[in-house]
Amino acid sequence: MPKMNMVQAINSAMATMMEKDPKVVVFGEDVGYFGGVFRATEHLQAKFGVNRCFDAPITEGGIVAAAIGMGAYGLRPVVEVQFADYIYPAMDQLVSEAARLRYRSAGEYYAPMVVRSPYGGGIYGGQTHSQSPESLFTHVVGLKTVIPSTPYDAKGLLIASIEDDDPVIFLEPKRLYTGPFSGHSDEGVKAWASFPASEVPEGYYSIPLGKAAIVRPGQAVTVICYGTMVHVSMAAVQETGIDAEVIDLRSLVPLDIDTIVESVRKTGRCVVVHEATRTSGYGAELSALIQEHCFYHLEAPIERVTGYDTPYPHAFEWQYFPGPKRVAEALRRAVGA
Amino acid sequence: MPKSGAKTDTAARRNSALQLKFPSPPARPGEEPDYSKLMMSAPGEVRRPAIDTKPDDMRDLAYALIRVMDDDGKPVGPWNTDIPVEILKKGLRNMVLTRVYDDRMYRAQRQGKTSFYIKCTGEEAISVAAALALEPDDMCFPAYRQQGLYLTREYPLLTMMGQIYSNTLDPLKGRQMPIMYSAREQSIFTISGNLTTQYPQAVGWAMASAMSGDTRIAATWVGDGSTAEGDFHYALTLAAVYHAPVILNIVNNQWAISSFHGIAGGEEAPFAARGIGYGLPALRVDGNDFLAVYAATQWAAERARANLGATVIELFTYRAEGHSTSDDPSRYRSTEEGKKWPLGDPIDRLLKHLIKRGVWSEKEHAAMEEELINLVKGTQKEAEAAGTLGQGKTASPKTMFEDVFKEPDWRQRRQRQEAGF
Repeated sequence: MPKMNMVQAINSAMATMMEKDPKVVVFGEDVGYFGGVFRATEHLQAKFGVNRCFDAPITEGGIVAAAIGMGAYGLRPVVEVQFADYIYPAMDQLVSEAARLRYRSAGEYYAPMVVRSPYGGGIYGGQTHSQSPESLFTHVVGLKTVIPSTPYDAKGLLIASIEDDDPVIFLEPKRLYTGPFSGHSDEGVKAWASFPASEVPEGYYSIPLGKAAIVRPGQAVTVICYGTMVHVSMAAVQETGIDAEVIDLRSLVPLDIDTIVESVRKTGRCVVVHEATRTSGYGAELSALIQEHCFYHLEAPIERVTGYDTPYPHAFEWQYFPGPKRVAEALRRAVGA
Repeated sequence: MPKSGAKTDTAARRNSALQLKFPSPPARPGEEPDYSKLMMSAPGEVRRPAIDTKPDDMRDLAYALIRVMDDDGKPVGPWNTDIPVEILKKGLRNMVLTRVYDDRMYRAQRQGKTSFYIKCTGEEAISVAAALALEPDDMCFPAYRQQGLYLTREYPLLTMMGQIYSNTLDPLKGRQMPIMYSAREQSIFTISGNLTTQYPQAVGWAMASAMSGDTRIAATWVGDGSTAEGDFHYALTLAAVYHAPVILNIVNNQWAISSFHGIAGGEEAPFAARGIGYGLPALRVDGNDFLAVYAATQWAAERARANLGATVIELFTYRAEGHSTSDDPSRYRSTEEGKKWPLGDPIDRLLKHLIKRGVWSEKEHAAMEEELINLVKGTQKEAEAAGTLGQGKTASPKTMFEDVFKEPDWRQRRQRQEAGF
């Protein structure tokens, strides 16, 4: 089976779908001739023509609005917003339009579309190239929010997102593009090729949205995470030796509530981990849900490990980043060790 | 220590205290209307360039005003395109129908039968002429004051009223405020309520049509006030870059609720002129002249169909009524301004034209008006039998949990159960 890093897997997902469905089109800033600043759309224009993959001006609001019009026409646009930090000019189009066309027209109109966008820190991107804005989207009814953590999942989830008839925000943990990341900033990048999740089928397959993955079964505590934090959490689990069950959500909306509830009822303890700032972050929703569904099974307070409630500081990247040390401390608190 | 001359030099470079311009309309309540800044052209005066004219070679049209009918209703000049009489009669009928419909729905709101209504009085030609100049399957992305599109494309009157009353006839199941229709069969997009969002969407739709080798074009409408939104700029940029087959209409009815067009920059340059900076052809058209609106729309549509790209059309008109049922325009503008509007009323003017041509009479017109009033009143009775707002005659409340996604997820299912529906 071919080995792919996450960028190649994402590229392969788009190429596979463009091959399969002539309605799939790709556009965004620098995505055409150049192939994208992260190379995610490399060769797509050469392969499928400028009508199917083209450059857009620097107009995130316009890109998303045009995608809505194209989706309403009957195409399946996949647009790239170069950094999730740049998605805010498109918020009105996402929140008031993409998310609500189906509802407000009672199903007459809808716009299948995927907004791909690299998110998260760990690359010295400062406060405009590091943000994790996922909870702004999970709060919006009518949007789906998907975040992969491996090349295999990235391709399968992106294909499912492209095939989905509802708008999907597909956030790509850019720190994981070339290799998994434990959160230890002093460790060099390990290429994906040495990990099994880099074995990605050449052709079509999909991973259904709304199904979490138990990446490590365990008995002592449940760790709920997604994106880059899956790898950070795994490192912390390994370093503490605590028998944690690690759940990679993969899709935040729809949420696989059953897998979460089953695990927390089993372990009675829970640590929620995300890179985004804490207040009103997705971890708050997860904590509330666990409290509602698992209160009588809980043996310790739910722990949250998150980014601090500050903007992402350039020179203090590793003090800010919720690395394995902070996750490990939370794990120990949760199990009373 | 600065040299002795330094202080003097600095003082010389300083100008007087800075100040802003805060635009103010020509007439407030109780004041005489002032039409001296309307930038009018004489009927028939403005040239009609060939559709393949380069935008650079027709910039003057953004600063002129395309008019066809003179004061006697006689069509003059190059924009007189000999529109078939049948189309003109259809236009007249649908403009009258629109006005009658508006009148009845406005009254229904005042009687407490619905929450809200918006009339388009004085602006009927803009949507009705466009609907007739476009092909029936060209895609329309309207703002909220183009009800003539639905009526001209024969969206059922009863269904429209159902939407206004949010009753059991409402195809939108009571989810949208009155007037925010959706009419897919008539190729009219769902109305948002957030202004200008539809503008770049129309460009995207037109791009998709061209990318798919389709022949349908798109048209969209925005008010003078909301040209200030970023979406307006996105739309014009994308339309210009890709030569999208779309008509970008700006309905300049002079007022955005209480803000006159100058608050959106209309005193500095005509709204049509915004197209020039993008390299788009721009027409400024008398929006109360049915023949001019029709001819301009046809010109832009031909251009789009010939793969020559988008056109910006400013439709110069006057919002004869309040912004909505929640507005009282006597608080901020002269009541005389609309009554004496130099470009008249679109229905009166087309009527005059048809009578002048000898193809229509006052008598026929009166009979048609009566017929349409009866039609609207009769349909209204039928609509009200299916419920008015607040009577509880609606779609089942369980439907409010549907269509959030294609399939509800566990949240909508559980919350619906919790709500007891």
